[in-house]
Amino acid sequence: MATGVEPITAEEIRARILEALPDAQVEVRDFTGGGDHYEAVVVSASFAGKSRVARHRLVYGALQDAMAQRIHALALKTLTPEEVRAEAETAGLGKTHTL
Amino acid sequence: MTDDILAQIDEQVKKHPILIYMKGTPSFPMCGFSAATIQVFDSLGVPYETVDVLENPAIREGIKRYSNWPTIPQVYINGEFIGGCDIIREMHAKGELEPLVRAALNR
Repeated sequence: MATGVEPITAEEIRARILEALPDAQVEVRDFTGGGDHYEAVVVSASFAGKSRVARHRLVYGALQDAMAQRIHALALKTLTPEEVRAEAETAGLGKTHTL
Repeated sequence: MTDDILAQIDEQVKKHPILIYMKGTPSFPMCGFSAATIQVFDSLGVPYETVDVLENPAIREGIKRYSNWPTIPQVYINGEFIGGCDIIREMHAKGELEPLVRAALNR
């Protein structure tokens, strides 16, 4: 981990993801409040037909240099709008998320 | 030199049906994401191999280039990159991981 590098903010992570995926709904949470453990839920139609690995690569790609130097930990969840609806419908059976 | 590392990694992932690159060891994981990944495989009760990237900085950097994936842990099944902690947990929650793992071990 590089030292002397500005820690990234949740808002900056969100902005970068939106730059790469303009249609996306993005929610970023700072787990610890310390700016080093984030969780992002990204919902985008552009994920349709893509594997989980391909979806995560799209998001990581948006964060590029930050991913290497300024983000210590980022948990990712990538969904299409259809998957969000399907999850909402089965909400009684599984866990829901906040989007 | 760097190509040697990629060749070494390629050999490792093809040699083991299930190989996990992690920080620390299954008994002493040094990162929450690595710990969570190990927990999933332990809950399946299947054998797996691990590589501690903290013990080998060249592999720690090399594995990221090998898979074009910026984070650790990384899980490989039958030589194929399957994902990191989030993907493994999601696949496990949806019941997709166990069939993949069993098929790999039965080969």
